[in-house]
Amino acid sequence: METILLEGRGDLTEWREAARSLLLARTEPRTIDWRCRNGAADDLFAPAAEVPETAVATAAIASTVTVPKAFLSLAQAVICHSDPLRFQLLYRVLFRLQEERTLLEVLSNADVAQLNAMEKSVRRDCHKMTAFVRFKEINAEEGPARRRFLAWFEPDHHIVARVAPFFQRRFTDMDWIIATPKGTAAWDGEVLTISTQPAENPMLTDQTDTLWRTYFSNIFNPARLKVKMMMTEMPKKYWKNLPEAELIPGLIAGAEASVIAMAERAASEAPLFHQRLQAIAQAEPEIVRPPAGTLEELREEARHCTRCALHCSATQTVFGEGPQDAEIMIVGEQPGDQEDLAGRPFVGPAGAVFNAVAEEVGLERQSTYVTNAVKHFKYEPHGKRRIHQKPNVGEVQHCKWWLTRELALVKPKLVVAMGSTALMALTDSRQRLTDLRGEMLQLGAGQSLLVTVHPAYLLRIPDEGRKHEEMARFRSDIARAAAFGRRAMSDVRLEQQNAGNG
Amino acid sequence: MKKSLNERLAILSDAAKYDASCASSGTVKRDSSKSGGLGSTEGSGICHAYAPDGRCISLLKILMTNFCIYDCAYCINRSSSNVERARFSVEEVVWLTLEFYRRNYIEGLFLSSGIIRSSDYTMEEMVRIARELRVTHNFGGYIHLKSIPEASPLLIEQAGLYADRLSINIELPTDTGLTRLAPEKRPANIRKSMGELRLKIEAANDPTLQTKRRKRFVPAGQSTQMIVGADQANDKVILGTSARLYGSYGLRRVYYSAFSPIPDASKNLPLIKPPLMREHRLYQADWLYRFYGFGIEEITENQPDGMLDLKLDPKLAWALVNRHRFPVNINTAEREMLLRVPGLGTKAVNGILSARRHRRLRLEDLARLHVSIKKVQSFVVTEGWTPHRLIDRSDLRAMFEPKPEQLALL
Repeated sequence: METILLEGRGDLTEWREAARSLLLARTEPRTIDWRCRNGAADDLFAPAAEVPETAVATAAIASTVTVPKAFLSLAQAVICHSDPLRFQLLYRVLFRLQEERTLLEVLSNADVAQLNAMEKSVRRDCHKMTAFVRFKEINAEEGPARRRFLAWFEPDHHIVARVAPFFQRRFTDMDWIIATPKGTAAWDGEVLTISTQPAENPMLTDQTDTLWRTYFSNIFNPARLKVKMMMTEMPKKYWKNLPEAELIPGLIAGAEASVIAMAERAASEAPLFHQRLQAIAQAEPEIVRPPAGTLEELREEARHCTRCALHCSATQTVFGEGPQDAEIMIVGEQPGDQEDLAGRPFVGPAGAVFNAVAEEVGLERQSTYVTNAVKHFKYEPHGKRRIHQKPNVGEVQHCKWWLTRELALVKPKLVVAMGSTALMALTDSRQRLTDLRGEMLQLGAGQSLLVTVHPAYLLRIPDEGRKHEEMARFRSDIARAAAFGRRAMSDVRLEQQNAGNG
Repeated sequence: MKKSLNERLAILSDAAKYDASCASSGTVKRDSSKSGGLGSTEGSGICHAYAPDGRCISLLKILMTNFCIYDCAYCINRSSSNVERARFSVEEVVWLTLEFYRRNYIEGLFLSSGIIRSSDYTMEEMVRIARELRVTHNFGGYIHLKSIPEASPLLIEQAGLYADRLSINIELPTDTGLTRLAPEKRPANIRKSMGELRLKIEAANDPTLQTKRRKRFVPAGQSTQMIVGADQANDKVILGTSARLYGSYGLRRVYYSAFSPIPDASKNLPLIKPPLMREHRLYQADWLYRFYGFGIEEITENQPDGMLDLKLDPKLAWALVNRHRFPVNINTAEREMLLRVPGLGTKAVNGILSARRHRRLRLEDLARLHVSIKKVQSFVVTEGWTPHRLIDRSDLRAMFEPKPEQLALL
């Protein structure tokens, strides 16, 4: 049996040096007795023999021992644990790792599970230290120098050196000292100093603690008493160093009474300023409405549309866009995700396809009116996304109310129906889109209808060849509309010329 | 006479406690060692204290003022309430935040406010506080600002430059509920403001062409809160609304807040004990939806009146009506199915997937992964364990139900 004597204050190096030598000497884990120098009293008189000489000699020859990276970071945490068995456990796992390289992945292995449990305990202790350290200001009256703070904390494990950099990153502009029975950390703006010497409780007070206690007792909701939950997250062992903890028993004891008192304070007469506010709200003049008979008025009305249930889940009404005297009106199916958020039609991926094609074939977007058969986005939520849902006949019928009015105000010479929903909304016919596609049809008096597919359909075709084909057809459809537009424009110009000549 | 700072802190923290959110996580990493200032955020949040209501105290959660021109029935600060009123100045909020932070009481500030004068005026004051903290005081801690309904998009954009998180409360699961209880609030405008924020966050996340850098804008995203139990909406409606909010606006969290009686309560509201268990079940269901691959429909179907089972957690309740899908073989089942086993969390499932590459797992192995054998054993097959007819037992439900308790007299 060899005895290895360590400081055991959370420093991995001393254990690693010893373990490396032992490992190179192929020393069996069960033949080593790891001990802490600061442990039981008899340890003081324990033999000073540290690492056996044979092992040191071997270590000099081949000083490399390879371990998985995961082990090293695990060991760095576990070495901080206060359990004297940690050295032995670490060495046993290190020894086994030489043969079983994947051992750490077997989380259900007893040694690995224990190692992970220790790591977790250290991690929790570190986390609680970042949470429950309470700084008290010292010498506050002194002038412009850096402000100085001191804290007393009692960790379970040797974690001061491990957690100190956190406080350095956080409290850079002030001097601070964290004193604990397991060592001290200090920061002066330049250097972070760590000592492993036990410190004593300085018993300080800070005036600001009063404000903190006020906050603590008022943010507490007595109607939701859940003491067990509090106790698991803020165990009693931490209470003695938390300025707010002394309030807890009183808050718990008084909770029921304060809830009953609250219930008895039933609604009373409203204060004066409420009545004044209500009076002002009553007297407020009607909002200025856009002039009657314009698209603006229609758009404003549509903003508050509740004709079908879609308005409850959509963000907003996405109304048509474009000049009131447009020759061509494009009717799509419904707004998509992007349109719903932006409140404008044809701004999403399908809109981009349409815009690109329109530009290519010379269809002027500025002089075209674009709208949708249904003005609210219908979708099914799916995790972080929304899956587009086809509007049903009822929804299309309800929303037709708006489309009809848009048509009546804009009076386009050509209406382009993109997709079967638009076709259904415009014609009420049950004819298939494929039968009418690409034909110039009659919609009303002096009004033509051109039927094509919806650009979103083009985006969904998986086969590249077919996609290309369909895209070409769509392009030629939009080109027909563009040509119609140009013809209409030249007709207008001709009329104007004729009028001028006459 | 003007109230002291301590008195106002009491009023304005009391007024803020009905907002459930206190998260300080999920933002970018910042630390003051480079800036020489004060404050850091390192990914995970820190709870600096716990109140006896079991809620963590991570942020200084206060209102700038509890004067309010709105009259929302569920709110302690509504204009018709006789609650004591107070107001902090911009400087006072800044001072409190910094001094609390220096003493390591908090991770940062969660600032909300009643609406005074106008939405824009109120929002402007709140933005000033955030800007003072960040710019004048070089403060790197966490800042959560509540967006004031109807505040101008320009102000929200400024707020987003300084705040880690912005939130605007949807308050109630249905539009009709909100219109009835909060006459001044417009549900459509709340959604619109969330939509605009999502677009801005996405635009900021697009790296610019020149520098390939992303702009820092609301790095911890947006969240919202729904009050549970103030209106008649059932759990199915509530969860459906949550799902839509998650899908539509990229929300990081939807908070559920059991309606809690408030002093001087409106006559329109039930004076009841807050439905804490219901709130808890909703959070569990929310988790199942977001991290366990469950659909809202799956969680709520078979539940009478669309209400979640208060006695059993929603995953267990689902498993008991879907017994034909069990037992699940721990050594061969796909990840998706493992996640559906009552008693297995995401961590345990990851542990199983990692460990079973090397050996066939037994019940003891599961125990070492911190799985409750009592809960899981009826639903799994492992090396050396088959539940036999356990899964078909008619009293399976009773095995999991909490033991009946003697009710307290009061």
